[in-house]
Amino acid sequence: MTAAALSGYRALLSARYRMVLQYRAAAAAGIATQFFWGVIMIMVMEAFFAVGVAPPMSFAATVSYIWLGQALLALQPWNHDRELEAMVQKGHVAYELLRPLDLYTLWFVRAVAWRTAGASLRAIPIVLVAGLLLPVMGGERWALGPPAGAEAALGFAVALLGTIALGGAITTLVHVSLLWTISGEGLARVMPSLVIFFSGMVVPIPFFPDWIQPLFAWLPFRGLADVPFRLYTGHIPPSEALPTLALVAAWALALVALGRWLMARGARRLVVHGG
Amino acid sequence: MAQIQVEGLTKTFQIAKRRAGMLGALAGVVRREHRELVALDAITFEIGQGELIGYVGPNGAGKSTTIKILSGILVPDAGHCEVLGFVPWRERRRYVAAIGVVFGQRTQLWWDLPVVESFDLLRSIYHVDDASYRRTLDEMVSLLDLEPLLDTPVRQLSLGQRMRCDLAASLLHEPSLLFLDEPTIGLDAPSKLAVRDFVKRLNRDRGVTVILTTHDMDDIETLCERVMVIGDGRILQDGSLADLRERVSPERRLIVDLEDPEVTLDAPGARVISREGPRWELAFDPRVVSPAQLITQVASRHAVRDLFVENPPIEEVITEIYDHGGLAS
Amino acid sequence: MRGSTLYRRMVAVSIRAQMQYRASFLLLSLGQAGVTVIEFFGIWALFDRFGRLPDWTLAEVAVFYGVVNVAFSFSDAVSRGFDLFGQDVRQGDFDRVLVRPRSSLLQVAGSRFAIHRIGRLIQGAVVLAVGLSQVESQMGPVEGLLLVFAIAGGAALFLGLVVLQATLAFWSTETLELMNTMTYGGVQTAQYPIAIYREAFRRFFTFVVPLACVAYFPVVAVLGRPDPLGSPFWFQCVAPLAGFAFLFASFGVWQIGVRHYTSTGS
Repeated sequence: MTAAALSGYRALLSARYRMVLQYRAAAAAGIATQFFWGVIMIMVMEAFFAVGVAPPMSFAATVSYIWLGQALLALQPWNHDRELEAMVQKGHVAYELLRPLDLYTLWFVRAVAWRTAGASLRAIPIVLVAGLLLPVMGGERWALGPPAGAEAALGFAVALLGTIALGGAITTLVHVSLLWTISGEGLARVMPSLVIFFSGMVVPIPFFPDWIQPLFAWLPFRGLADVPFRLYTGHIPPSEALPTLALVAAWALALVALGRWLMARGARRLVVHGG
Repeated sequence: MAQIQVEGLTKTFQIAKRRAGMLGALAGVVRREHRELVALDAITFEIGQGELIGYVGPNGAGKSTTIKILSGILVPDAGHCEVLGFVPWRERRRYVAAIGVVFGQRTQLWWDLPVVESFDLLRSIYHVDDASYRRTLDEMVSLLDLEPLLDTPVRQLSLGQRMRCDLAASLLHEPSLLFLDEPTIGLDAPSKLAVRDFVKRLNRDRGVTVILTTHDMDDIETLCERVMVIGDGRILQDGSLADLRERVSPERRLIVDLEDPEVTLDAPGARVISREGPRWELAFDPRVVSPAQLITQVASRHAVRDLFVENPPIEEVITEIYDHGGLAS
Repeated sequence: MRGSTLYRRMVAVSIRAQMQYRASFLLLSLGQAGVTVIEFFGIWALFDRFGRLPDWTLAEVAVFYGVVNVAFSFSDAVSRGFDLFGQDVRQGDFDRVLVRPRSSLLQVAGSRFAIHRIGRLIQGAVVLAVGLSQVESQMGPVEGLLLVFAIAGGAALFLGLVVLQATLAFWSTETLELMNTMTYGGVQTAQYPIAIYREAFRRFFTFVVPLACVAYFPVVAVLGRPDPLGSPFWFQCVAPLAGFAFLFASFGVWQIGVRHYTSTGS
């Protein structure tokens, strides 16, 4: 990333923060519903655990997995930027081509700023409530536990960077695809379900049947949630972190390359058809 | 009896203050401050059947608040208002069936549908019976030259074409009162002319009362016999265009092109406003020196290539009113 | 022209408009079906792993799932206009609604019809049918009627939720996307029998947002099995009425919202 991209990121991030902070009711409602969702998911898992079959992951680890998912939902590329969509639909995107900046970098930075601004504001209250308040109130069983150790914490932190890069790349890919389907609803509509499901946000990946595990392992989406969460709980031991993280990084790079390639074609098309 | 009676209409808005910077935004999460904005400050006026009124004022002066109240969208804080015998906001649904509204910035047509289907749907919405629908539609089509547009999806129309269709759409139920909110905004010159011509005929031939807000003073000059100027929520001026000029400044302009660009013009009783090479622009008060006198004097002293008298542009008149907070008694 | 006729015409017009983007419509429908298939695959995976829920089989859960999703797909198709209502208010398009001599609810509902929700409808119906074929109880006319009643009540409830969300737009300029999590969250919740949740949640979904009344209770009656929560049969049969009550209450709140809008012009 160039210095221009970094300073652009800072500016966009602070603009996003200001915007999100204005919408305090939406933020509060979002936190409440996500907390609510977390509890519902935990209760469902609790009911299944009560059957007594040996689970692939401990209940405590499952609960932490679910809470991390709720706390970091905003990092998941499950939606697209309506503002940007409107810009494309109204043809204002042609102006973006006039800027003395690489359009892909600009959009990627924009996506990352959007995701991280939302996630950081959302994560803090959820982690506080699920990690600190719940145990104090006697709900240890449903509480977000601490990382499995210093190495696990480090692995989680590194994996989170991977999540941000992957999330930014996928978001930007969807945004670039908007240049084609004017109604903007094709990939933008299919992507959320892929993301939410294959990242492990619907059901933690270890609970899926063993025969389908390789599919999850090789798809890019796992790096969005499953990898950081299981590093956190120690379900993926730190010794195995490296190959997993390398795959995430490879996917992020590949998706950026794909996005760049599509963007170049889209921009050419835009010039030809005049937006 | 007046078709529109407005008395002491008042409207105040609460505006949330936004504080600057990151800290300001954070503080805004905790507590938000409001300030009051008086959009309408006890305005009073009457409009009679068949009038064509220009309603002008700078942005934020209260124009659209007035239109919104008169069209039943907004409820005022105080004051009384009766239009076509209705209190607009109290019997909104019955009232709006009798009026037409065009918002220049937003179309009322269905974006993805051919124009004629939008018309058809509006007929259903307004309960227009078949016979009168056919008659009105035919009339609109010929007056506005819509025939080639009827089967085009709205999204493919140019702004001017869309405005013609929007005008037709707002008249399908034959309202006797029409609100036009900036109908010429963003239009090219021929479209502006077409819109003006149509509005004029509508008003003259069918007696439809028209209330027109605009920033384009040519609209006012060609269409409106009566102009209301609003500023800061108050009616600053209400009268004919000539009245308006008279009260702001009775001055008129004499523009002279001299043969010799080097000569300095000498014109007693007139004031030089500007000079561009051989062209001089003079202002004079016709009550002090008549145009004929002035022209004779100038022509006798200088070799004149061309010369003409005109009114000060209406923009200047309006600006003058804003600047001096109005002259209405 | 009566309200219902006008509504039908507006829906027809909206569908025609969408059919101009046929490829987009196909993608959307597929996307919709995809989301729901994937969701159900998640449920199936958990059953595959654990065998069963303590009190419930996969087939029974499939019936809950089917009823909730079919109901939601109906309300979702009808309520698209409310879904995007925040945008309309911000752009001032609601003014246009107010200068027309028809009910604002009718105009907003008729403004958009999401035909592609047929994807969720089909998938939900398939899961429902398969689930019903696998459960032990016999389907008779009473059970059939009760299912239809439950689905109608469910659609009314979800519609009510969406109307409430849309009403918020009169007070706040904030995006409603987040509030959508409430409806989607409700669907997620009611896909499982409410009995597996803690009491506080069951209360919430019975008395505040009566999801249990349109899904859990009538479905238990259809399944012809005893309710672990011990509700009587007659209650299970009338419970879906709560969905309609919720819808009518939401209409009332909407009217308050419109009054607020016309006094502040937000």
